[in-house]
Parts: sequence; C-alpha cells; structure tokens
Amino acid sequence: MTLLITIFAGVIATVCWYKDTENKYKLSTLLYLYWGASMMWTVDSICEYFSDTTAIFNPSGAELINDGFLGLSAVAFGLVIWLIRFILSDPSGRIKKLVSRK
Amino acid sequence: MACFIVPAAQAAVTTVVTKIISIKENKEDTKTGKIKLSKKLKCLSNLLWGGSAMLAFEHLWHGEIQPFYPFLTSATDPESARIMLDEMATNGVGMSVFVTAVWAVGVLVSNAFSKKAEAQKIENVENIIEVEK
Repeated sequence: MTLLITIFAGVIATVCWYKDTENKYKLSTLLYLYWGASMMWTVDSICEYFSDTTAIFNPSGAELINDGFLGLSAVAFGLVIWLIRFILSDPSGRIKKLVSRK
Repeated sequence: MACFIVPAAQAAVTTVVTKIISIKENKEDTKTGKIKLSKKLKCLSNLLWGGSAMLAFEHLWHGEIQPFYPFLTSATDPESARIMLDEMATNGVGMSVFVTAVWAVGVLVSNAFSKKAEAQKIENVENIIEVEK
C-alpha cells in the first residue's frame, strides 16, 4: 500500500513537473523523493515476496490501514521537504520583499 | 531495519564524486551538446538521497530509529544486529543496485537521444550546404 501510494504520488508529481516548463515550482525535488523511495520500496517488496510469497498479496485489514496511513504520511513528508526548498529558493522574491519591508 | 543506510552511504560517495568531477569540468570548460557527467551523477545522488530520506522516515515510523546512541534499535543486541546487517546486505545492496541500474538505463537513453539529435543537426547543415551549392 505504501509503495502504491508513493508511485501514484510520483506519477502526479511527474505530470506537474512536465507541465511546469519554466521550473518555477522546483518540482524535481518531489520527483527524486517519490521515485527514489518507490524504487527502494519495490526492492523491499521483492525481498518480502521471496521470503513469503503469499503475505504480500494478502495483507490483513489492519496492515492495509497502517500501510496506507504510512504511505500518506510519507507523501506529506515529501511535500513538506519540497515546500521548505521552494520557500527557501523564493522564485518570485516574495519572501525577500516581506523580510526587507520589516 | 536499517537498509536505507546502504543507499545513503552510496549517495554520500556519489555527491563527493560529483563535486570533484564538476570542478574538473569547470576547469576544462568543454562546451559540447552532450549532458555533462556531473549533471548525470547529480541526478543519481538526488535519487539516492531522496529515497533514503523517505525510507528513514519509514524507519522512524516503525520505531527502528532512536534519537540517542546507537541510533538504531536493532543495534542494541548482537542477535538483532546480525539480522540488521543481513538485511543491509540483501535489501540495502539490492536497493542501491536497482536505483543505479534504473539511472544507468536513463543515461543510456539520454545519450542515444543526444547522439540522434547531433546526427540530425549535422544532416541539416549538410543539406543547407548542398542547397547553397
């Protein structure tokens, strides 16, 4: 579930990055976070499959909820990292203006 | 348990190598149509850092990381440390190899595209010269 949610987040981030032709929103950060994690969790899932072939495809309800919650939290964590980077880069100079006004 | 340490270590090494290559490239100042090696390596280190950060978050979620020494809960007793090292050797190395392999495929594809674009450019110039003659 965590892997699936991260892959979906990666796909959405990639589409947004493709649309942002001027690189105004620095979306490449999200791509590296989500796709990097997706690849690593894929390997984790493959290793889990080889250790127990059925467990990965038959998760219990509680496991599914916990993994889903973790996936959403991981996506939120990625968004926070991107937001910090975006604010620090200050592409439109809004933060700089705000600070200099004070 | 601590599988993210392997890609994180690779990311650190890749970052250092990228810096060294970038300094060398700036000194040589070669202006070709190709993407610089330092730029390609930066992509790999970013992927590894990004993935490791997310995995570190997952480990924190599962209570496998602690804010005090030895920082990893599985490093507290020898038996779980052995399992942790085993996981690092299998999952961790697998993660590093997989990310590097995907990156290598991406580099090969981008090289093929830039070669094709360069060949197209040369062909266009040759056509213009032929028309002018």
